Amino acid sequence: MTTSPTDTGVATTTAPAISLRGVSKVFSTSSGPVHALDDITLDIEPGSFVSLIGPSGCGKSTLLRVIGDLIDPSEGVVEVHGRSAAAARKARDYGMVFQQAGLMDWRTVRRNIELPLQVQGVGRDERRAKARQMLKLVKLEQFEHHRPRQLSGGMQQRVAIARALSFQPRVLLMDEPLGALDEMTREHMQRELLGIYQATGTTVVFVTHSVSEATFLSTDVIVMSPRPGRIAEHLKIDLPAYRNDETRISEQYFAEEAKVRASLHSVLDESRRAA
Amino acid sequence: MTATTAISLPALRGAGAATTRSALAQAVPPLVVGALALVAWEALVRVLSIPAFLLPAPSAIVATLVTDVGLILSAAQVTTAAVLGGMALGSIAGIVAAFVVSLFERAASTILVLVAILSCAPVVALAPIFNQWFGASNLMSKIAVAGIMVFFPVMVNTTRGLLRVDPLHRELMLSLSASPLQLMLFVRIPGALPALFDGLKIGATLSVIGIIVAEYFGGTANALGVLIANTAALSQFEQTWAAVAAASALGLALYALVLLLERVAMPWHHAMNRT
Repeated sequence: MTTSPTDTGVATTTAPAISLRGVSKVFSTSSGPVHALDDITLDIEPGSFVSLIGPSGCGKSTLLRVIGDLIDPSEGVVEVHGRSAAAARKARDYGMVFQQAGLMDWRTVRRNIELPLQVQGVGRDERRAKARQMLKLVKLEQFEHHRPRQLSGGMQQRVAIARALSFQPRVLLMDEPLGALDEMTREHMQRELLGIYQATGTTVVFVTHSVSEATFLSTDVIVMSPRPGRIAEHLKIDLPAYRNDETRISEQYFAEEAKVRASLHSVLDESRRAA
Repeated sequence: MTATTAISLPALRGAGAATTRSALAQAVPPLVVGALALVAWEALVRVLSIPAFLLPAPSAIVATLVTDVGLILSAAQVTTAAVLGGMALGSIAGIVAAFVVSLFERAASTILVLVAILSCAPVVALAPIFNQWFGASNLMSKIAVAGIMVFFPVMVNTTRGLLRVDPLHRELMLSLSASPLQLMLFVRIPGALPALFDGLKIGATLSVIGIIVAEYFGGTANALGVLIANTAALSQFEQTWAAVAAASALGLALYALVLLLERVAMPWHHAMNRT
């Protein structure tokens, strides 16, 4: 998929991992149609970390679900690695993480992680080995046999991430996965998530409310405006690929965060004026 | 994360002993209340010199239980077989019906309403008819009454349990492109177990009621219900009360058996309720 730099050293071209062309979504409700998404066109490069940010009602969660083929778009085309979103879902391209961990109480931590592999018909021994590998990745080896309820919220969310990664999906779709966590756990999880992202090279689409989170994690931030949900601005985050706690207090980080914040504020001002 | 680990591990290790202790602690208050009630009953009968045909003292009932142990045990044996038969018939039919109805999600709520209306019928009124159908001395005439009574709560609860899927789990299974059968096996069935056991608990009580009342309408002379009816007619109230006590013990034992099965089938549920 990725073409190496040409010998002239000119800009490299990559086929997008995810490509959206004129995607709209209209929900019909009792109080009339709601335009959740309006004419979204966007290319997401393979291996990029893309955050969707915007005020509530901007359709960022809907956009994530359209990409994941959990919701059909009313108009437009979604392609994932050159296939339709439906074909990509059937080919098990997607790992999903939601705001709530959504673990199954009736399974132990390890067997929760094994679920996607079980759905795919992977044999028991291989399932177990992969799940243990994932437990190591999210640093929960000692909790293999625990029940989900015995774990803290942050730990549960790491199990959910391990579950989503267990079958090495090409795309990780995350809907405010850290939204329900307290500030300390949240920052810790952001570092963990970056580590996992860097280790796996998965393409990530990440819905968030937090400017600092979007800036710290992403290669790209998509700022969205509400009613109807549109892309207001596509920002590239100019930070080194490797990021740590030092990054959070660097001049460069503050500049990038300010850029995202300014864009988001102009969207908010505009929507307030419209209202 | 190491900090969390250090805090939570010892806490979790102590959880096993703590649950056993708290289970015992939970059993103590009702036992004390029960014992006090028996003492009060005994005192009331003695102080007010209530005649035995109105209300025998617990000590007199126990004495009758001891002297007539052979008669009561052999009657209890027949009744126990009928109760277990009714429980098995009603539960199996209820579970099978629940699976069939849950396959038709759209029709399910209508069917449940119809079943709820049907379940309002006083099923024990069918006992004389079943005596006619199967023959009064045939155990099936009693089992059919109890079976129908058990069927309703098991069927209604299990159907609701099978249909109620956490939207998060539904979305997760959809994103993994799981088949309907996999959704049934991995999500619906384990998720329905708590509801199924709630139905079985109601059924356990109803099965005893159904059998005893059906036995009032005649049948093998050797059964608790027949014994209760006959001794009452002959004003042998101490024997009547002894048989009632045996029937109550049977009901309690069946309920305890369901609780035990519930624990074995859902170890996670038990652990969850304690935390």
